[in-house]
Amino acid sequence: MDALLHEYFPILIFLGIAVAISVIAVAASWIVASQHPDREKDSPYECGFEAFGDARGKFDVRFYLVSILFIIFDLEVAFLFPWAVSLGKIGLFGFWSMMLFLGVLTIGFIYEWRKGALEWE
Amino acid sequence: MSLAMSDLTLALPELFLAGAAMLLLMLGVFRKEDSARVVLVLALLVLTVTLVLAYGVTPKTGRATSFGGLFLVDDFTRFAKVLVLVATAFTLAISRTWMEKEEIARFEYPVLVLFATLGMLMMISANDLMALYLGLETQSLALYVMAAYHRDNARSTESGLKYFVLGALASGLLLYGASLVYGFVGATNFETIAKALASHHAPQGLIIGLAFLVAGLAFKVAAVPFHMWTPDVYEGAPTPVTAFFAIGPKIAAFALLVRVLTGPFGPMVEAWQQLVVFLAAASMIVGAFAAIGQTNIKRLMAYSSIGHAGYALVGLAVGNREGISGLLLYLAIYLAMNLGTFGIILAMRVKGRAVEGISDLAGLARTSPMMALMLAVFMFSMAGIPPLAGFFGKLYVFLAAVNAGHIILALIGVLSSAVAAYYYLRIVKVMYFDEPAEALDRPIGPTLAVVLAGSLVFIVFFFLVPSPLVGGAEHAASVLFH
Repeated sequence: MDALLHEYFPILIFLGIAVAISVIAVAASWIVASQHPDREKDSPYECGFEAFGDARGKFDVRFYLVSILFIIFDLEVAFLFPWAVSLGKIGLFGFWSMMLFLGVLTIGFIYEWRKGALEWE
Repeated sequence: MSLAMSDLTLALPELFLAGAAMLLLMLGVFRKEDSARVVLVLALLVLTVTLVLAYGVTPKTGRATSFGGLFLVDDFTRFAKVLVLVATAFTLAISRTWMEKEEIARFEYPVLVLFATLGMLMMISANDLMALYLGLETQSLALYVMAAYHRDNARSTESGLKYFVLGALASGLLLYGASLVYGFVGATNFETIAKALASHHAPQGLIIGLAFLVAGLAFKVAAVPFHMWTPDVYEGAPTPVTAFFAIGPKIAAFALLVRVLTGPFGPMVEAWQQLVVFLAAASMIVGAFAAIGQTNIKRLMAYSSIGHAGYALVGLAVGNREGISGLLLYLAIYLAMNLGTFGIILAMRVKGRAVEGISDLAGLARTSPMMALMLAVFMFSMAGIPPLAGFFGKLYVFLAAVNAGHIILALIGVLSSAVAAYYYLRIVKVMYFDEPAEALDRPIGPTLAVVLAGSLVFIVFFFLVPSPLVGGAEHAASVLFH
């Protein structure tokens, strides 16, 4: 148990430093800087202008569809990378396992293509 | 690492089902007009072949693992798989007419059913915490979509969203439990965990992990206090989907719960027994009392299924061979009773519109006596009136509880069945003694008629030849305690 805790000790130190730095940054700017808030300074703005629209705008649901479809293939790359690096060690079995995985994904891709999920209009 | 052919043979039903489901997805998306019907018929064929394969795959030694110990096949998994596949095939078969009449018959539905079934088979065969999670999520993701399948209907989408959010929470609990178990034992394999627990005293943290695992799985079998999603999801989902939810996934989750508790956590029986006793007692009581005020028959069936989960859990709470075989028998009988009852609910249409109020059944005995008779038999069976099958299901689990000294649990079971009998018999009273409401549409279609007749025959004549099923359940349970 002690050995286990010992391994985590650097993380505890790291955590301590992180908390200390953020507290110092906030506290120092609070203490050192002179503060004269007024209505104009406190009002919300976009790039120096007053806000044009409501922050809770509606997005077209198609954006979500595209992003969900994107995430699947993005993750696929995340799996492909370690597979490609270790391909020499995992041999033919590893190779065909990934081909099977890609095959399943391709079927999903063909389905979404045929269904028109990739067309904007 | 490589994979021997014998490993693949053990998983043949799952491999076939996975490949066939993907093929059907492609077929459906490339076919023009009649894709829904063609894919549904082919999906039934696929399920039949999978059933034959699942029944036929028997390891020579009675028990074998593959995929590096992740996947297990024995006579228990075989029994549970056959139940799940039968339930899935029948619920899919009776869904067609309803879906077509509601104009939501699309080819995705049978494909989703196949993927959900694949997940269920993997749950049943899981021999590792990771395989467990993989199977559970494969099943659940398909189920979430199915609940929201009628996507232009507000109640259906609501039920899909509720099921998804609460299901994700349950998955989180389960994963947290699994991570604690892994943290304290250092293994995810069921056999390794069992060995480690048998030789060492279980640390406190492991008991917490076990409690989280049980909570996650109790959500899937809809046991109180993890049942809140059930009424809303059952009511909102399209009726064929509700019928599917009520039977197949429940049996699979029960099989998984039994496997996890008797397998890896078998040495910790005292720790989980009290949890399961509580779940069983609470489910029986809530299932009996909360159903009394219901006016919607799907909602009533949701509470009824919570109650039935409680009765089945009594068998698990006993925790011995007799209890588990009672549980398996209960699930098989539950399958037939629910299939029949949901068959009648699917046939509830007035002038082409689906109705689901209990009052819509008023005077059914006069407008369609045959349907009323069948539903009456199903209700009597659910209430546990001899000599119908439902009585024997309860008899075996309560007997196991009494023999093992769980007198109070058996007593709660008997009393709550008496309370539950009130609402089952109320439906019979509405059908036979109330003034007739508008007549239900006839005819109900050949598939539905055949399935209804089949369930009826099973329920009425079960007591004449109980031995094949009882023997099968006893044998399946015995392999868990070798």
